[in-house]
Amino acid sequence: MIDFIARRLVSIVPVLAVVAIFVFLMLRLTPGDPAAVIAGDNATSDQIADIRAKLGLDLPIWQQFAIWIGDMLHGNFGESFFFKKTVASLIAQRIEPTLALAICTLILAVVIAVPLGVIAAYRHGTAVDRIVMGFSVLGFSVPVFVIGYCLIYVFAIYLGWLPVQGYTRIGVDFGGFLEHMILPSVSLAVIYIALIARITRASVLEVLNEDYIRTARAKGLSNRVVLMRHALRNAAVPILTVIGIGVALLIGGAVVTESVYGLPGLGRLTVEAVLSRDFPTIQAVILMFSVVYVLINLLIDIAYTLFDPRIRY
Amino acid sequence: MSSSVSTPASSQTAARASKAKANSPVLEVKNLSVALPSGGDRANAVSNVSFTVNPGEIVCLVGESGSGKSVISFTIMGLLAKALKPVSGEILLEGENVLAASEARLRELRCTRMSMIFQEPMTALNPVMTCGDQIDEVLRTHTKLDAAQRKAKIIGILTRVKLPDPERIYASFPHQLSGGQRQRIMIAMALVLDPVLLIADEPTTALDVTTQAEILKLIAELQEGQGTGVLFITHDFGVVAEIAHRVAVLRWGELVEMGPTEQILSRPAQAYTRMLISSVPSIHPAHRGVRLAREMVLRTEKLGKIYSSKSLFQKSRVVKAAIGVDLEVRKGETLGIVGESGSGKSTVARCIARLIDPSEGNIYLGDTDIARIPAVRLRPHRRKVQIVFQDPYRSLNPRMTVGDSIIEGPMNFGLGHAEAMQRARKLMETVRLDPNALDRYPHQFSGGQRQRICIARALAMEPELLIADEAVSALDVSVQKQVLELLDEIRQRLNLAVLFITHDLRVAAQICDYVAVMSQGRVVEYGAAEQVFGAPKHEYTKTLFAAAPGRNWEFGKFAA
Amino acid sequence: MSAITEEVVDSAAIASASTKRKPLWQLAIRNNAVIFGGVILLVMVAIAILAPFLGTVDPTRIDPANRNKRPDTEITIRHDDGTTTKRIAYFGTDSLGRDVYSRVLYGTRVSLIVGISVAVLAVALGLMIGMVSGYVRWADGIIMRIMDGLMAIPGILLAIALVSIWRAGITTVIFAIVVPEVPRVVRLVRSIVLTVREEPYVEGAISVGTPTVTLLFRHILPNTVAPLIVQATFTAAAAIITEAILSFLGIGIPPETPSWGNIMAEGRTLFRIFPHNILYPGIFLALAVLAINVMGDGLRDTLDPKMSKNT
Repeated sequence: MIDFIARRLVSIVPVLAVVAIFVFLMLRLTPGDPAAVIAGDNATSDQIADIRAKLGLDLPIWQQFAIWIGDMLHGNFGESFFFKKTVASLIAQRIEPTLALAICTLILAVVIAVPLGVIAAYRHGTAVDRIVMGFSVLGFSVPVFVIGYCLIYVFAIYLGWLPVQGYTRIGVDFGGFLEHMILPSVSLAVIYIALIARITRASVLEVLNEDYIRTARAKGLSNRVVLMRHALRNAAVPILTVIGIGVALLIGGAVVTESVYGLPGLGRLTVEAVLSRDFPTIQAVILMFSVVYVLINLLIDIAYTLFDPRIRY
Repeated sequence: MSSSVSTPASSQTAARASKAKANSPVLEVKNLSVALPSGGDRANAVSNVSFTVNPGEIVCLVGESGSGKSVISFTIMGLLAKALKPVSGEILLEGENVLAASEARLRELRCTRMSMIFQEPMTALNPVMTCGDQIDEVLRTHTKLDAAQRKAKIIGILTRVKLPDPERIYASFPHQLSGGQRQRIMIAMALVLDPVLLIADEPTTALDVTTQAEILKLIAELQEGQGTGVLFITHDFGVVAEIAHRVAVLRWGELVEMGPTEQILSRPAQAYTRMLISSVPSIHPAHRGVRLAREMVLRTEKLGKIYSSKSLFQKSRVVKAAIGVDLEVRKGETLGIVGESGSGKSTVARCIARLIDPSEGNIYLGDTDIARIPAVRLRPHRRKVQIVFQDPYRSLNPRMTVGDSIIEGPMNFGLGHAEAMQRARKLMETVRLDPNALDRYPHQFSGGQRQRICIARALAMEPELLIADEAVSALDVSVQKQVLELLDEIRQRLNLAVLFITHDLRVAAQICDYVAVMSQGRVVEYGAAEQVFGAPKHEYTKTLFAAAPGRNWEFGKFAA
Repeated sequence: MSAITEEVVDSAAIASASTKRKPLWQLAIRNNAVIFGGVILLVMVAIAILAPFLGTVDPTRIDPANRNKRPDTEITIRHDDGTTTKRIAYFGTDSLGRDVYSRVLYGTRVSLIVGISVAVLAVALGLMIGMVSGYVRWADGIIMRIMDGLMAIPGILLAIALVSIWRAGITTVIFAIVVPEVPRVVRLVRSIVLTVREEPYVEGAISVGTPTVTLLFRHILPNTVAPLIVQATFTAAAAIITEAILSFLGIGIPPETPSWGNIMAEGRTLFRIFPHNILYPGIFLALAVLAINVMGDGLRDTLDPKMSKNT
């Protein structure tokens, strides 16, 4: 098992290396002097020279990369000239709303989508199936901010049940926190539910055609037992895979959702950083999100072994 | 149900024995018809079929693909696909009409009174549950036994199906077992509650011949001991001769004839049955006439293929698919390579065709060693070796007309379109197809016809060596016979060297001049067909021949 | 087909089986989903082309006198020469007095251009890279590592990163959306190439000496057409959404250009009072994407039954 995890860990190294090279090169690909770009529009020439020295921009490019990656590995993400803070402290300050939003959405989506997909597969070809599939296509098609504004209009403005925007820290007031989380998580969950429900349906349908399902029926098991004990567990691996891949949607969606609902999270930070061309922050956020995404998928890879004994350690 | 099942096995057996004496059939199928969905090639998958299975009796349903034999077995179990509907008749299981039974009642009957085992032991077991749990499920569903009793019963049945180390097998997942072991698990699962009827749907077709022999023996032993009635579905007359008490021959969903095995095999009343049985190749090699010292076409020397997977953290796994293979094929001669799955026979063929690169040794085509020449210089030699594959449905590009497929090769080597088409028309006649069908697409042909087209495509290259890699294995026996005859005729006429890869000893006996028997990557016995089949020397060869089903039966020698 | 018909020179059997398979596109255009999506899409294309003739005014024209009008308000437009015309602002006006109806109709152009360009570019690039990856063994490792790396960056973030490098503009936006989509196509093409090259008919073609390039184009590539058409429709839908998101966040197409995302971005601040700025472009956006997705589903069911089972 440890051997298996070690091998998986090694396998993500090249992936992260490509990400790191991309993020590093990003700044070098911008037109103009990277130091001037980092310093921002109002920087003095002293400041620019200072940055130039700090980043070692006069060194050969591979040395620059070595220094940069070394800094990143030590948690030194540089300094934001726009926010006048270290990037690390910026991220620490903004991480809570994003994390909360992601977790709420994930739970909501899985709890709703998996049963929907199973029911649709079980009632394949019936009205129930068509409704679930119809909802799924719709969920893919309506962008998260359109859903967000519709929900705000109905539940916050028209009905007045929930706050329109804003965020309450979880430690400050848990009730307020929940109130502020409901609409954002529902909005963000829609596309995720659509995705997971669809894959669940497809994989359960596929498993239901397998020979061992026929064997289970030939044993005299009831349909419910066949579905729950034999079909669902065999369908788990593709469902898990898509939950993992869907985290990318979740991260991208969080950027938008936070803007719609005014949540002071990392997504908003990303947008603010791009608008102010604050490159150290953009680089750090992209790197961080990518690492998280890769690690989540690594965990899911490892989780496969719980569901499928054929996957060898 | 559960109460009667949980009674001690001995009294059950006694009850069954008395029933057997009463000789009331376990299964009676009366005038069964099953409708195909509209738009099929015929109205009924099964029409008006009647037969019985008595206690302690093995009845074989024999037929080629599309004969409706599997449909009958699924109808009995109530597992028919929704598109197929029984439209008339009765199926009486110990007098109870299962066609009229409710879904709940059917579930009660399954595995307690009637059980079924399937063709593919690889896929018929749930891959994520241990074998023990899967059998346990049967007991939990149908009995009130407690955990310890269930465990004891499962270990008991695992022992009865002769699985080594039942405790370990109990905790094993299906992928950790061999195909034969998995089929034993299936049998254990089917028989754990001593049903009166066992339906076996081609249970040995996916297995190697030695494993097949063991499974057939096991089924016969178990059913005899318990007096179980067995409905055995097969396409293989060898298996029929081996195991059946009575035989029912099916064709296009209709019962052609039925009778005791000896009668059907030696004195069939119907022409179709005669045709079918006489298509079964004999296991005794035909006398192939005088051999002259002829020109060598292919010679391999110490040919080997090693697959190795390298990994940073694991020991590199090395699979030796072929080791030190020496073969010779001369003009006008057929060399057969026989062996079970994984013996390396196809690897050797693919190396010779250079579809894969051999790891060691030499392959001489005439005087040239092609084992290691690079792809660019290989092209002129490609023409000389042509190959026909097993699966006729995947061997032709579905997007190209068969004419375009046939002329592709000659045109690659510079022949003009008109000339190539001319050649293709001639070849269609050679393989006995209508030359006007050249502009049709592969899906418009049957499996046997497609295999003929593949032969035509190979011959279009005017090869010196033709490799047939299990080329008739996917075909029904009557079609198989025709394709074999065609191949042999072509070999004679064109003085072609043929390398014939097969797992089927009967086929090999009929078509080969020389035979190489492979096992675990090595050639263990090599010689003239008559000699190898008549007096096998190697232990493995002997086992292999001893396992061939129906080896003591001479098919097609009908009594007057 | 049964054995007994397998007679010598059985032209009868061939004739009976000679029902020719229908071309796939004929099947596709009979599918209800394809018809439904296709019709909506055609209407959208018509709107995009005919936008100037559908009772619109200049969508970039700022009119301080007519700011923040609700839908169906009658407004008076003062022209430079002092004349005035009256017209009904069907979808209202925005906070700069621009006509939302006109902006939404013209916005169709941006979305369709982005959708189509991204789909075509992503498929073309992905096809080329995927074929190389599937057929050139030594290149495969390197290409796939790079693709894995690109896929490890969540798509929208990658697009955001790319637009932040260059000045905003429609070309930048298209390029930024193409980059994250390419690895998906590469993987699809590569997996098809790897599967198909194991097919006996491809091995058959190899053994009759078919040169590699011919092999690729005649035997392997045709297998990618149907899946790629399906992939292209889904890519187009995703691209339209991503463009809208980027513009909505204020980092996409320059704000004066009428695009659905821009209209909504502009309407954000006054959303509580004037929701129409978000509602109308939102409806158009959702409808366009829905039409493409429904069509994609229909195409997948008809063109590519194998894929529809897996997704």
